Amino acid sequence: MASPDAEQPAPTEPARWRDLDMLLSHPGNLVEASFDPSPGLRDLLGSLVEVLVVGAGGLGCELLKDLALSGFKKLHVIDMDTIDVSNLNRQFLFRVQDVGKSKAEVAAKRVMERVNGVNIVPHFCSIEDKEIEFYSQFHIIVLGLDSIEARSYINSVACGFLEYDLNDNPLQETVKPMVDGGTEGFKGHARVIIPGTTPCFECNIWLFPPQVKFPLCTLAETPRTAAHCIEYAHLIKWDEVHPGKLFDADDAEHMQWIYSEALKRAELFGICGVTYSLTQGVVKNIIPAIASTNAIISAACALEAFKLISGCSKSVSNYLTYNGLEGTHIKVTEFIRDKDCLVCGPGTLIELDTSSTLSDFIKMLEEHPTLRMSKASVTHEGNNLYMQSPEVLEQMTRPNLSVPMFELLKEVRYTTVHATGMAENNGKKVSSLRKLRVAFKGIEEASKMDTTLSS
Amino acid sequence: MAATGVVAEPKTKYDRQLRIWGDQGQAALEKASICLLNCGPTGTEALKNLVLGGIGSVTVVDGSKVEASDLGNNFLLDEGCLGQPRAKSICSFLQELNDAVKAKFVEEFPAHLIDTNPSFFSQFTVVIATQLPESSLLKLDDICRKADIVLVAARSYGLTGLVRVSVKEHCVIESKPDHFLDDLRLHNPWTELKQFAKSIDINDKDPVVHKHTPYIVILDLIRAHMLNVDEENYKEAVDSSYKVSVTPGISNEIRQIIDDDSAEVNSSSSDFWILVAALKEFIAKEGNGELPLEGTIPDMTSLTEYYVSLQKIYQAKAEFDCLALEHHVKEILKRIGRDPDSISTTYIKTFCKNSRKLRLCRYRSFEEEFGSPIVSEIQRYFTDEDYSYAMNFYILLRAVDRLAANYSRLPGIFDSEIDEDIPRLKTVAASVLSEMGLNGASLSEDLITEMCRFGAAEIHPVAAFVGGVASQEVIKLVTKQFVPLRGTFIFNGIDLKSQVLVL
Repeated sequence: MASPDAEQPAPTEPARWRDLDMLLSHPGNLVEASFDPSPGLRDLLGSLVEVLVVGAGGLGCELLKDLALSGFKKLHVIDMDTIDVSNLNRQFLFRVQDVGKSKAEVAAKRVMERVNGVNIVPHFCSIEDKEIEFYSQFHIIVLGLDSIEARSYINSVACGFLEYDLNDNPLQETVKPMVDGGTEGFKGHARVIIPGTTPCFECNIWLFPPQVKFPLCTLAETPRTAAHCIEYAHLIKWDEVHPGKLFDADDAEHMQWIYSEALKRAELFGICGVTYSLTQGVVKNIIPAIASTNAIISAACALEAFKLISGCSKSVSNYLTYNGLEGTHIKVTEFIRDKDCLVCGPGTLIELDTSSTLSDFIKMLEEHPTLRMSKASVTHEGNNLYMQSPEVLEQMTRPNLSVPMFELLKEVRYTTVHATGMAENNGKKVSSLRKLRVAFKGIEEASKMDTTLSS
Repeated sequence: MAATGVVAEPKTKYDRQLRIWGDQGQAALEKASICLLNCGPTGTEALKNLVLGGIGSVTVVDGSKVEASDLGNNFLLDEGCLGQPRAKSICSFLQELNDAVKAKFVEEFPAHLIDTNPSFFSQFTVVIATQLPESSLLKLDDICRKADIVLVAARSYGLTGLVRVSVKEHCVIESKPDHFLDDLRLHNPWTELKQFAKSIDINDKDPVVHKHTPYIVILDLIRAHMLNVDEENYKEAVDSSYKVSVTPGISNEIRQIIDDDSAEVNSSSSDFWILVAALKEFIAKEGNGELPLEGTIPDMTSLTEYYVSLQKIYQAKAEFDCLALEHHVKEILKRIGRDPDSISTTYIKTFCKNSRKLRLCRYRSFEEEFGSPIVSEIQRYFTDEDYSYAMNFYILLRAVDRLAANYSRLPGIFDSEIDEDIPRLKTVAASVLSEMGLNGASLSEDLITEMCRFGAAEIHPVAAFVGGVASQEVIKLVTKQFVPLRGTFIFNGIDLKSQVLVL
C-alpha cells in the first residue's frame, strides 16, 4: 500500500480504465478527423474537460454515473429539487434517509464516494439563478430535464455564446455542444445539439406535442370523464371556495380536498373512475417513469458526450427516438437547422441610428414583430448595459437608459448583444435569451467585426 | 433538512411505475426470480434496474474476483471490493438499492455451472445470460427450453452489443399498444345503439342539444340521412371519421392466433389457448364474424347525459359478449376434463377486452437460428443501407467467439497483436458466413477493424444501454404486458442506428 504522503496515482490506476482505454488508444477508420489516440488521452480528457449535467433526477443520476465512468473527472450538476419517496424506484443514488435533501448535493456526494478521482460540484438552485457567465466554463452540457421551458432556457444560453464570422459561418471556439435526453414511460429521445451546425432546441420545437388542455365549457358544464371532474375541482372550484389561497399540489390536504370535490362532481354526473391516484396524476401532470428507460436514454447521451469530446467515433446525427412498448424500436433522424432560428442563428438584425438610446432599443425589442420581448435586460460582451433586476443592479444601470447605444457599444458598426426577458414561446410567455446583431446606419464599414481591436 | 422516520411505502415508492403496469404487473414482478450469469457492467446494470423496480429475487452467478479493471466500468464495485468474489460484492450493493428484494450469489463460472448442474436453472422465472460465448449460450438455451424458462441473452462488446429473447412461446393479452382504433362498430350497430341514435332528434332546433350531440350518433345518422356538416361537433365527427373506419372482422394477427394448432385444445393446454378456443367459437356464433365488443368509447363533445347513456350502451353490449365468451370457456373446460370454474371471470374479462390486441411471440432456438439461417433475410439485411451495419456486427459477434476458440483470446486484447488480428478475424468471419450459406456476402473492412480495435472492451455507457434494454425485456416478459422484442437487437454505438434483426 502506498504511503498517504506519496504522490502516486492510486494502485488501481490506470488498470481500472483498461476497457475505456481500448477505445481511446487504438486508432480506427470510423473516427473523427481530430481523433488523436494515445494512452494519455483519457487523462487529458479528465484534466481539461468541464461537463455540466442539468438535472439530478431520473436521467441526472444515471448521467452522473455514466459520465464519471467515461473518463470525465470535472463535473457540475444543477437541480433545484429535493428528494421524494416516489423518486426511489429509479433515482438510485438516493435512499429513504435522503428524502427532503437536495438531489444535486446527494447525487454528487454518492458518485464521488464510489468513483475515485471524480469531482462533482453540486448546485442546489434553479438554472435561471445562475449568471450566464457560469455556463461559459463548460465544454459540454448534458441535459436530463423534464420540461420544455427548462430545455428552451439552457438552449438559449448555450446558443447565446455562439458567434459567427462575416460569412455567417459559426466560429468553432464559441460552439458549446449539448446532449439532450428525455423519457416518458417506455419512450424516450436523445439528441446532440451543436449550435450553428445541427438544429438547436428551438429550431425543432414543433416536435413536442402541445399539452392537453380541456375546454373550459367541458369542465364547467358537460364533464364526461374522471379527468374533467378532477380539473373542475382543481381549476374552478378551488378558487371559488378558497379565494386568494394558492393551491399547493404537494400539500396532501389540498390534494385530498380536490379528490373529494372531484368525487362529488363525478357522482352528480354519473361518471366513474375518480381515484386518488388519478387525481394526483392529472393535477400534477405526473409522467410515469421507470429505471430501464432512463438508463437507456442516459447511456446514449453519455456515450454521445464521450464520443463528441474524444473524437474516438462518429456522432449520432442527430436525433434518436426510442420506444420499448413493442419490442425495442430505435429510429435516428437527421433534422436540419432552421437558418432563421432566433436562438442559434447569427442573431436577429436590429438596425439603429447612432442617436438611438438604450431605452429606445429596449422598446424596439418589445415591438419587434418576431422578438416581442418585454422587460428586456441587455448585456454586451459580458457587461450589463441595463438589468431589470435585482433592484441594486437596476439602479446602477438605470443611467445607461438615456445613453446612445452607439456609445455603449464602443462605437463599432456591427456587434452582438444579448437580451433576456419575457418572450412568447409556443403560445406562452417564458423567460428567454435572444442574440441580437446590432448594425448602425451611416457608419463606414470597419475592417474587423466586433471589438477584437480595442477602440 | 432530512426527514427523519420517513418510510418508503411501496405504493408511494413505486407510484411512477404502477401507473404503467398496475398492481397486477407489480405483483408479477414481486413473484419473479431472476438468475444473472456474469456480473460485469452489462449484467449488473440490467439487474440494478430490476431491483429498483422491486423484482422478487435475484441470484448472481459469477466465478471471478473483483479486479482493478472492474472499478472503471462497474458502479456497484469500489476499492473495498478488490479481491472479493464479484458476485458477492454486487449482491450486497444490490441489496442496498432495495431491501425488499432477496439477493443471493453463487461463486461459480457460468460455463461450468451450465456443464455440471443444468437443473440449477429450473428454479428461476428468467435467466439473464450476459457476456456468454456462443458455445455456452447454445447449451444454456437447450436447458432453458426443456425446463420452459425464459432466457434473455445480452452482450456488450466495444461500441456494439446485442439482446435476444429465447423462449418457445410467450402469449400476451395486455399488449397495451400506443395507438389503437376505438371499437365503435358503426358499420354493424346493434339494436340498442340504433335505438339510441334514433332517439336523438338531429333536427332539434335547441342549439345546446344540437351542439352536444355525440359524434358517433352524428356519423351514424350521416350514414343514414346524408346531413350537412356545419357545427363544432359535426366537424369533430368528420375529423374523427378515420377513427371509425376500422376494417370489419378480424385482423391478420388475431386470425393467425385463432387458426393456430394450439387452439385445438386438450387437458394440457394453457389458459390462454383455452380462451382462444372459446374466442373462436364466439366468433362463429354470437359474434357473427366479429370479436367481442371492447366496451369503451373515446371522449367526445357531448351533453353529459347523452355521453353517459352512450357509454352505458357500449358497456352493456361488451358485458353481454363477455358472458357469451365465458359460457364457451366453461363448456370447453368441461369437455377437456377440467373444472369449469378454474379460469377466473377476471381473467376472462381481461381477455375479452383485449381480444383485438392479443399477441403471440414464438422464438426460434439459438441452435435453429445458427444451424438453419434464413439466407434470403440475411442477404436482404446486408444490402439494406439501414440494416447493413447491424448485420455486420451480428456476424462479427459470432466470429470473435470463433477466433477466441482458436487463439484462446478475443481479438485486439493485446496491442501488439491488433494488426495481425484484423486479417485473422476477417478469415474467421468469412468462414462463419460461408457456413451460413452466404458465400457471396462480404463484411465491411472498417467494421472488421473496429471489432479488433474494441479489444473486447465492456465500457460502461454501452453496458448501461444494453443492460437497460435487457432489463426492460425482462419486465415485459414477467408482467406479460406490452410486447417483448422479437428478433435480435443489435446495438450500434457508432451512429446509434440500432436495429432488430429477425432471423
